[in-house]
Amino acid sequence: MMLSEITTAGLFFQLVPWIVFFPVIGLLINTFLTGRMSEKVIGWLASLASFASFVVAVLLAYSLSVHPEAVTVPVAQWIHIGNLALDWAFRVDTLSVTMMLVVSGVGTLIHIYAIGYMHEDVRFKNDLGRYRRFFVFMNLFIAAMMILVSGDSYLMLFVGWEGVGLCSFLLIGFWYEMDTLGRSSWANSDAAKKAFVANRIGDFGFLIAAFLMFWTFGSLQFDKIFELAPQVAQASPGIIVAITLFMLIGVTGKSAQIPLFVWLPDAMAGPTPVSALIHAATMVTAGVYLVARSAALYTLVPQAQFVVALVGAATAFFAATIAVGQYDIKKVLAYSTISQLGYMVAAVGMGAYVAGMFHLITHAFFKALLFLSAGSVILGMERGHHHLAHGHSEHEEEILDPGDMRNMGGLRKQMPVTFWVYLVGALALGGVFPLAGFWSKDEILADSSLYYPLVYWLLVLGAFLTAFYMGRQIFMVFFGQERTEVAKHAEESPAVITIPLIILATLSVFGGVLNLPGLHTLTAWLEHTIAFIHPGEFNLTVALSSTILALLAIFLSWLVYGRKPMTAGEQDPLKKMLGPVFTIFENKYWVDEGYWAVFVDRYIDLARFLAQTVDWRFWHDWVHDSVIASNFKRLAHFLANPIDLGFIDAIATGLANLTQRSSAGLRKIQNGFVRSYALSVLLGVVLILGYLLIK
Amino acid sequence: MSVDLILFLILAVVAVATALGMLFSQNAVYSALFLVLNFASIAVFYLLLGAPFIALSQVSVYAGAIMVLFLFVIMLLGADRLAPARVLPWQRPLAIALAFVLVIEAGYLLLFRSAPVGGIFPPSATFGSPQEVGSMLFNQYLLPFEVTSILLLVAMVGAIVLTKREKGERG
Amino acid sequence: MVPVSYYLALSAVLFTLGALGVLVRRNALIIFMSVELMLNAANLAFVAFTRVFEVLNGQIFVFFVMTVAAAEVAVGLALIVAIFHTKQSIDVDQMSSMKG
Repeated sequence: MMLSEITTAGLFFQLVPWIVFFPVIGLLINTFLTGRMSEKVIGWLASLASFASFVVAVLLAYSLSVHPEAVTVPVAQWIHIGNLALDWAFRVDTLSVTMMLVVSGVGTLIHIYAIGYMHEDVRFKNDLGRYRRFFVFMNLFIAAMMILVSGDSYLMLFVGWEGVGLCSFLLIGFWYEMDTLGRSSWANSDAAKKAFVANRIGDFGFLIAAFLMFWTFGSLQFDKIFELAPQVAQASPGIIVAITLFMLIGVTGKSAQIPLFVWLPDAMAGPTPVSALIHAATMVTAGVYLVARSAALYTLVPQAQFVVALVGAATAFFAATIAVGQYDIKKVLAYSTISQLGYMVAAVGMGAYVAGMFHLITHAFFKALLFLSAGSVILGMERGHHHLAHGHSEHEEEILDPGDMRNMGGLRKQMPVTFWVYLVGALALGGVFPLAGFWSKDEILADSSLYYPLVYWLLVLGAFLTAFYMGRQIFMVFFGQERTEVAKHAEESPAVITIPLIILATLSVFGGVLNLPGLHTLTAWLEHTIAFIHPGEFNLTVALSSTILALLAIFLSWLVYGRKPMTAGEQDPLKKMLGPVFTIFENKYWVDEGYWAVFVDRYIDLARFLAQTVDWRFWHDWVHDSVIASNFKRLAHFLANPIDLGFIDAIATGLANLTQRSSAGLRKIQNGFVRSYALSVLLGVVLILGYLLIK
Repeated sequence: MSVDLILFLILAVVAVATALGMLFSQNAVYSALFLVLNFASIAVFYLLLGAPFIALSQVSVYAGAIMVLFLFVIMLLGADRLAPARVLPWQRPLAIALAFVLVIEAGYLLLFRSAPVGGIFPPSATFGSPQEVGSMLFNQYLLPFEVTSILLLVAMVGAIVLTKREKGERG
Repeated sequence: MVPVSYYLALSAVLFTLGALGVLVRRNALIIFMSVELMLNAANLAFVAFTRVFEVLNGQIFVFFVMTVAAAEVAVGLALIVAIFHTKQSIDVDQMSSMKG
């Protein structure tokens, strides 16, 4: 096809609805048609649907490269009431296509990984039938996330926002009735509920912001709002501040910032592909996307910007400290995710939208890699447990948590591929030159050093801690001696798992090219959508200092964990060093306990009060029983006794008595005497004669 | 005052008197005899009314056969005076009252409601003679005549059956 | 000339007397005789009307009445005799077993 044909015909732009439709078709086929087919069919079909979305996204990216201005593709009319017109339309611009590529690209790799992972997991948990459900939910998630990033209005964004919240719930609580080891437990469904409730609070903030926007601007569409925003900001900046801060509440919910981050660590209860896709690479970045999209609003209110940046930075530091004290391999990664999201939120809060989006992309690569590799490690541990359970009767193997790092150790011998890719991911996350994480994190640090020093110092400390806890993790898991029998018998994962890991590792290594200082590819790309970007300058001081800090942190972690590795049953050496500080980290500052005491228990008390006192004692016992039921009984008694028995029965009995008495009386006529009969005959004659005479 | 009227009056008195006598007599035989006299007086009435055949059959059948039969049975069963009535004391006065009412009604009917019919004219010589009765009987009323004969047969059989004694019954 | 109404009046009186006898007397035989009296009273009326209308149908009817009366008396007296065998009495007040 001729280039001109494509641009003028706009051919590929019209394909954009397919990024949603392909996953929907995939999930429908998997729901209804693949009932008796093998796991391979189900898994590859879902992956194919995701890949098809990716292909469309690539085509859209290509189309945008030729025609970079935003294109709106309407799909359906939705609500038309009076002046209100809310429709479903797709918006294809550089920002949304970036998100689409990340979601579908990383998503497809994770789908493929999940084919192998879930194959083993359903066998470990002993429920083969649930395999299909997983892929249906995963496709549903891709569809919902695509709606989120491709909508042309805050309304469609919110539809997708809610959709991914639902999928998060469904997937966290995938094994809803059992725990990690397959024992009966409600832990997973509790975690799912926690995620949903925390997100709900965030959604509430988002909705208030949406209502304010509709009230102020009369529309929810991006174009219209961003057009009118400057005038409104002139007239009453307060409303824009309110809108942006309420949106921030939504961001703290979905992207797990302070104070609503508490659901993310619990969400690790879901299968590892879920943690990788939703809680690392894609869903949690929706908040960052939201702020980036709303750049036009945020740049008008610097006060709000500072709040956002501060929240992000504080979260980054706070979560990093907690990560240092965690023992579960996925929990470390979870807090790491919260911390890295803090980086992104701080970036877009400051106005460094490119830096934020860049880190979003690179983080998707290496965090997905890390989570999937952690999943590989866990699977390896489970395989080791399986091996021991069969055959080796001399080793009495107790139930063991396959995710606890204290049970691991020396796994690089048993799982070499996993080890190398994990190392790559850890170095990328730590921000070591020249991996992807270095470039993106560095850009954020550079920008923050220009704008907000407080934010800069918090982020730097966070970077130090990040490198430290990743080093700790590497040494604890892969080096030293195996601390348990299970670890000794751990096995490497099959190709269907390791191949996606290798692909992601490659992306983590070379991902930095997306926005190398000087080339600024991503900046130029995003400039078409967000008008407030400037190319970030490369700050050598910042770059050097952050690299040195990272290496220092890794060295420190080697000192603590690598030189003298932990042995079985030994306490964490850092605990001895830091004492009570480590305990605070280990117990995550008792935030969950605090929330429970202040909010949840109070709510339960209120609910109990309403249920028992108001509903049972007052409504049921008093109103129903004493007032209604007893009065009704009284009425019934009244109707029964005086009326029914007294009156109606009297009529019935009286009728019977009357009949009896009259028959008794009339019977006496039959006295057997002929004379009286004859008399009656004569009487009759006389009467008839008399009648005839009178007539 | 013609002879007919005087004769009628005398005979009427006799008829009524004998009827009353039959009614009030305590002896059954006297009642039967009073009734015979009554029948006789009625026979004379028939004669006066130009029905000689009927008059004489009245005497022979009624007074001669029926009353004789009555007397036989009275003799058989005894003409004893019955004990005074012990039940239905109210019945006798009421019956008398009703009879009185009946007479009043009949009287009223006759006096005020009957169409004038006219007097009795002298009959022809053969009016009511056996020949005439017979010819009417065997021509017009043949069927009833035959049925009546069967009726009489039935009566005979009935009378015999009713008085037949079963074996072992006391005589 | 004796008007027909005189005969009818007489017939009515005799009939009433007969009816009275049926009602008042307790002796079964007397009651039966009163019935005969009533029949005769009716016969008298028939014959009177025969004379009025100058056709003999009334007399034929009287003939039949007489015949039937004879048959009736035969059967009736047989009945009374049969009852006497059972009840040893001809008082109709004794024959009240149909009471109830």
